[in-house]
Formats: sequence, structure tokens, C-alpha cells
Amino acid sequence: MRSPKESQVRKLPESGVSRRGFLQGVSLGGGALGAAVLERPAEAAQSGVVGPGEVSITLWVNGKEHELRVEPRVTLLDALRDRLGLTGAKRVCDRGTCGACTVLVEGKAVYACTTLAIDAQGKNIQTIEGMTRGSELHPVMKAFVNNDAQQCGFCTPGFVVAAKAFIDEHPNPTEEDVMNGLGGNLCRCGTYIGIRKAVVEAAKAMGGRNA
Amino acid sequence: MPDYKWPPKDQRRIIGKPVNRVDGPAKASGRARFSQDVRLPGMLYAALLTSPYAHAKVTDIDTSQAEKSPGVKGIQIISEPGTEIQWAGTEIALVAADTEEHARDGVRKIKVKYEVFNDHFVKEADLATAQKLGRAKPSGEAVTGDPDQAFKDADVISEGEYGIPPITHCCLESHGQVVAFDGEKVEYRPSTQNVSGVGGDLAKGLEIPAANVHVHQDHIGGGFGSKFASDRWGVETAKLSKKVGGKPIRYHHDRRTELEIAGCRPAIYGRFKVGAKKDGTIIAWESKTWATGGFGGGGLNANLLPYVFRDVPNRRFNHSAVSINAGGARAWRAPNHPQVSFLTCSAIEDLAAKLKMDPLEVFLKNLHYTQRPEVYRAQLLKAAEMIGWKSKWHPRGQSGRGPVKTGLGIGIGTWGGMGHNATERVTIHPDGSVVLEIGSQDLGTGTRTIITQTAAESLGLPMKDITLRIGDNRYPRAGASGGSTTVGGTSAATRKATLNALEKLFEAVAPSLGAQPDQLVARDGKIMVKGDSSKSLTWRAACAKLGVTPIEATGSNNRRSPGGLIAGGVGGAQMAEVEVDTETGIVTLKKLAVVQDCGMIINPKTAASQCYGAAIMAICGALYEERILDAATGRFLNAEFDFYKLAGIKDVGQIEVHLDMTPEHDARGVVGLGEPPVIPGIAAIANAVANAIGVRVPRVPLTPDRVLAALERRRA
Repeated sequence: MRSPKESQVRKLPESGVSRRGFLQGVSLGGGALGAAVLERPAEAAQSGVVGPGEVSITLWVNGKEHELRVEPRVTLLDALRDRLGLTGAKRVCDRGTCGACTVLVEGKAVYACTTLAIDAQGKNIQTIEGMTRGSELHPVMKAFVNNDAQQCGFCTPGFVVAAKAFIDEHPNPTEEDVMNGLGGNLCRCGTYIGIRKAVVEAAKAMGGRNA
Repeated sequence: MPDYKWPPKDQRRIIGKPVNRVDGPAKASGRARFSQDVRLPGMLYAALLTSPYAHAKVTDIDTSQAEKSPGVKGIQIISEPGTEIQWAGTEIALVAADTEEHARDGVRKIKVKYEVFNDHFVKEADLATAQKLGRAKPSGEAVTGDPDQAFKDADVISEGEYGIPPITHCCLESHGQVVAFDGEKVEYRPSTQNVSGVGGDLAKGLEIPAANVHVHQDHIGGGFGSKFASDRWGVETAKLSKKVGGKPIRYHHDRRTELEIAGCRPAIYGRFKVGAKKDGTIIAWESKTWATGGFGGGGLNANLLPYVFRDVPNRRFNHSAVSINAGGARAWRAPNHPQVSFLTCSAIEDLAAKLKMDPLEVFLKNLHYTQRPEVYRAQLLKAAEMIGWKSKWHPRGQSGRGPVKTGLGIGIGTWGGMGHNATERVTIHPDGSVVLEIGSQDLGTGTRTIITQTAAESLGLPMKDITLRIGDNRYPRAGASGGSTTVGGTSAATRKATLNALEKLFEAVAPSLGAQPDQLVARDGKIMVKGDSSKSLTWRAACAKLGVTPIEATGSNNRRSPGGLIAGGVGGAQMAEVEVDTETGIVTLKKLAVVQDCGMIINPKTAASQCYGAAIMAICGALYEERILDAATGRFLNAEFDFYKLAGIKDVGQIEVHLDMTPEHDARGVVGLGEPPVIPGIAAIANAVANAIGVRVPRVPLTPDRVLAALERRRA
């Protein structure tokens, strides 16, 4: 669930729910969330409803601005894959269970399949494509290659992105830490043994610093 | 004709080295393209309407509202009125639209009328009801020796009932394709294990010549035996493409549909009776099993029970195929073997407990009934050493006081793994570049890597100088990747093709080196005269002698005359150490020791990955995975990843792999490794749990509720 703190930084589309209106709804605390939800349709009527047709949005992805038109129901994942051609993030469960769609939003690992594209506006989005510099692989990617932490490769981009976010917060992890930190991603081929080693190795290569 | 045999072990430079997989960087960086990543100009998106009913008849389909829905470009009815549906998830209609969201809207606007029969049967474990309903088809009795007399002669008879439910393949890239069909020719981008063969399969469905289908696939996001055919959704998407003027259409299953209809591993349940002498020698075996692979039922080869110990002299086998209203089975990594390994090894472990013997002794005692006693003996002893059997094993249920119990268990397996037929083409260009082409596929097993290693070894070049092209049916034909046949088929074809090409190169350059072609060798990027290192040409200089004409050569593997390059037939043993919390019923895998027989190993790194991955799949099957069908509605209740549980990175404990790599193993040539290590793990874990808690949990997965229920029964 999105915390109120995160909601504060959320920049909604012009015609969306107003920030103040939304904060009024949640300011009474968790116990009043039901009331907040009930309050929202009335506010929406006042401020105009987004969709159901396409709306223009702007996404900042890998340091570049992209203007696109999507329906409000389009997920960030589908916008990235089908509209922007950034197909590194994969759609597997499509409901926030497997992590194959992981991207970074403001540096945090996020399931792009359960984030709406319109909600990702105004935020710094980084996909796996943005982690390479030219043909130079990111240290996490190199470690995945060295430790054979991949087989079919379909879960790999999600794991690599999640691992990067994990190392940013835990610059000197043990394998035990990796097991606790990367529980949000699934692999079917069974590459976990290599991933445990790869993430520890990548963190070392990154010098125990955030990179 | 060149001598194709593998170079002696001490002379190999690249074969046998743990090099990184060649497509690793593309996969780790997200650049690798899968079928789901294909985007073509003018491409439409399709969504599928499926039946919510397990047994019904379609009486009417009204697409008028869907046709008017925004963005919808075409609709293909798959199950016409009058069609009888036998499982939930059956394909009803496909809608193509400009966006996937619009295609899904279109699906929602199709009105289907069903005559719902409400007589579906999905309780696969319930043989009595299946028999009453006429849904169980006996496949006859097979008797060897005199089991009745042998049971009379036995000192101990152990009986047990065990069951293993269906699990699905769970390919992370769901089944589907991008396909464009203009009425004559087809551009086909499937997710397939069968690049060379799937085009012909699609052509059959479309009633066009096979040569009209062009198949291309760069990467496949998991197959595990479920992706050989073009499938109904492939054929129907192609027909829909034709309907919309030949535009490409992308369709892949959503997760629910993927789990419902894209294949499963059949369930097998059974009652077992084992008779033995006091010293642990098994003399009699009886099994009554039933299996289901969906509406078609599920067969079982009598030779598979007892598994591995197949020469028990007195045995009786009975089997029934149970038909249920659920999506059908497909080959699942080592078809039927993990199930019969679990059933057989459970029966042996229970026998050992009844004899009050160490099960390792009982397994060792009966190895003369197996095809390879010496292999299994060495493997069991190795696995025992890796798991610490001597110091840690205790008699069943005697794990000491306290709620957390520990236990050890054994599982064994066998597989073939002989390489499939395959042909490769090698082109050596006058500029020195080398291109290999083969209509194979890399499932993530490392096929690209082992082909490149084999070619580099044969040509005396570094791997980076080899360009490999796979994944296209315009390349020479290779077998489908199933049954652990790919590594043998492609490596042998590569060896022959590269040496055939090299022979032609030697002929072309021999005069300039003042030598005969058969005096030349290719090594370290040079063509040189054997025994005279002063006479040599660099690879590039040698190839320049070709003038303007490249060398083209092919090489084929023929499994009927493997020529010493490949072999089949392996054994494997695994031992598990578990911890069971008897208050919560939670089983924790501490360690799995994997010992696997195989032949010459081209790449120990990717070979080990096969073992780790297979072990993890077995852990999933032992502890987490199960298709749960709802008796009331006939639907697959947990057909999403939130409730269909797979192991995560923390759930798989420690896995230690030992690959047998003696000179004798090496001399056999290449043997496939995809299936074998997935077989013994479930048995090992289930036996370890029985050893820990003192009672058999009769069904896997060993979920907390089942563990607690088994403990409850023991107390009662």
C-alpha cells in the first residue's frame, strides 16, 4: 500500500483528484481510510473525472521525457512495454506477486504492473534499459552473468533491478540478507543459488557504496 | 572423413571449461527479445474469451456489441454454437483490437449462452467416485513372477497409500505468439521449444504448405515440456490475422489462462504393498495406481513401477486412467518420473521403517534390481557423505524432544538423454569469419553456449570469433528441445559440421604450407603443420586463401549412429535434510544433496545450473505447488501466482551439487542433463519429513495442514 507520505509527492494529472482533497481524506489516519475512499467520488465529481478515454501524460523514463496518450487504466508496465518499447520489464503475474516487472520509481523498486502510468507522472522512472551505459553492463548485470544467475532470462531483468535497489539500501549484504531482501521476485528455472552469490558479489564490486 | 571423436580430456581448451553463458549479457541487461517483446508495425493485440464452466455446451454467441466496441478490429469464434466444453478455460473467441485494453473490452462484450450440465467431475484423487461415474478406465493387470506366493514368503509386508497432485508448468513467459497471415504466407513469432517443427504444425492447422510458415524466436521464457505445438490459440490467432487483412496480432495467455489450459503434470495416486525378507531384500511388489492428465485420462507405463528397482522378481501392476473436466496434461520435465520416484521411494522408506532398518541400507541392499547397481551405489554413498547421513540419521520419529524435528530422506531417478537428430551448417568466409546456423533453441539450458564452445574447440578459435545463429526454421533442422536431447544433438552436429568445414579449409591451404591436408591442425587461431610449428598460417591468412568463395559444410547427428559422441542412460540420487515444526506443520528444507551421473560435460557452469534449477523445481513440487480444483464449480481455484505457490529465494535452503565426472563418465560422450536432476528431489524431501515426524504424510505438497493432519492421525 502506498503510504500517505508517498502520496504527498504524487503529482496527479491536471484533471485528477486534488492533492489537498486527497490529504484531507487520509489525514484522519488509517482508521478513517474507509471514509477517505467514500469521500473520493464526490471530490472526483467536483474536480472532473479522468478517462475513461485516453489522456495525455508525460513520463520521465531513464532521464528522458516521453509524452504519450494512454487510458487511465493502463499500467506503467504496459505503457513502458507497449507504448515506449521498453520491453526489459516483463509481464508475468500482472498482479504484484512475481516481480518480473520491477522498475525503479524515485530509486525505489516498484511493481510496474500494479502502478498506473498516470500515477507515475512527475517521478523519476528507471528501467533496466537505463542501467546500462552504452554497451557497458551495470555491476549487478555483470555479477548475474558471472554467477550464471539466469537461465531462460524472463525473470532476470526484474531481479537485476530489484537487486540494484536492494544494494542501494544494503551496500554490504550477506547471502542471508539477500534471501530476506529479494523475496518479492520469483524465478521458475530455479536460479536462486546464483542470484544469492551474484548480489553479494555485485555489492562488493560497487564498493559498498550506493551506485 | 574427419575423425569426429572428442579430443582427449587433457587436450581440450574450451570444452569442459566453466565459461559464462554467451547470451548472459543480453538477458541480464533486458536486451534479450522474447515472443512477448515483439512489436511489429501495425500490430494488433488480441484477448481471449474462455469458458467459465467445466462442462457445458455453447448454444449461442452474440458478438454484435463487441464488434462495435472502440478499437476492435476483428473477432474469431473458436467454439461455435453446438460445441461441448469439457473443461473450464476452453477457448471460446478471440478479439483483436488496436490496444490490449480495447481487446479485453471487446471480450467482455461478447455474449455467450451456455447449456450448463453441472455434472463435471474434478476430484482426481477420488478413485471410487470416478469408478462409479464410469470415469476410470482400467488399463489391465501386469503380473511378473508369483506375487501372491512371494507375499506369503515375506517376513515383513509394508503397505502405504501415496499421492502427488497435478502441478502446472508455470512458464514465466506465457504461451502465445505474434503472427501475421496474409492468406498465403505466415510470419510466426511463437514462444516455442520446437523452432524447426512448430511451423509445420501451424501450417497443418491453417491447411497451407509447411514451407509457407516462417518461424523466428530469439529467446523463450520457459517451456519445461509445454511448448512444442502451435496450439489452438496459435492457429486461431493466425486465422484472425487473415481476417483483419494480414496484420500481425500479438496474443499471449494471461496468467489464469496459462495455468488453466497451457498444460500440467498429471497426478498419480496409488496403493502400494511391498514384501521383504528380514535383511531388507524386497521380494514382492504390488501397486494399484490411478492417474489423470485431464479429460483424456492419464496412462502409466507398467515398466515405471517399481521405479528404478524394476527387476523385483514378483510384482503386480494395476492402473486406471481417470478422466476429469480439467485442462490437459503436457510433457512436464521428465514426464512421469518425479511422480513414480516419489511413489516408489516412499514405499521403500516405509518398508525400512517397518523393518526398523536404515533406509540407506535397504536402498543399497536392493540395487541388484536396478539397471546400474554400481552407479547408484557410488551415488548413494556420495550423497550420504554430502548430507552427513552417518552422523545425522536417526530411526524414524526419534528426532528427540522439542517441537522442531529434523529428518533425512532419499530419492533416486533415471533418465535417457540421448541427443536428438540435428543438422548444422557452418560457413567459413574468406575474411575469416565463421557463422553457424541451426534451427534449434536455447531454453536457458545453455544451448548457445555449448554449441559455441564445441565449435571454438574444433576450429581452434576463441569463442568470440564464432557467430552462432539459432531460432529460425530457415536454418538446418534440429529436433525439439525435450527429453534432455538438445545438448547431445546440437553438440554432435556442431562437432561434425565444424570438422567437415575444417577439412575443406585444410585442402585449400595445404599447398601454401607445403603439406598434405591430413598433416594440418587448427589450434590457437592458426592452421599449422603437425609437429612443425614453424609452418603455420594465422586463421585469417588461411581463410584468405579461399579467394572469393566461402566454405560451406554441414554436419548431422543421427541418434541411431551416435559414433561415440553422445550416449544415453543415467542415474541420480538425492538426499534431503529437513526441519519440521510439529506445532505449525511448517517444513523447512535445510539442505538438498544432488548427485548426478552424466557423460562428458561441455560446460560445468551451465550443467551445475541445470542441477540447481531442477532441484529447486523439485522443492516447489514437494512443499508448495498444487493445482486445486473446486468440486462445486470445476474451476482451478488458485490459478494465479498469489495462491499457486512457487518457492522464493529464501525457501530453497542449501543445495549442493556433485556431478560424476570420472574418466569412465567422460568416455561415454555427451548425455542430456535437463530432466534427470528434477526427478529424485520430491521423494527425498517427503522421506525426510516422514523420518523427522515419525509418520508418513501421504500426499505432497507437504503443506502445514497435511503435516498437522498426519501428526493428528498418529496421535489418534
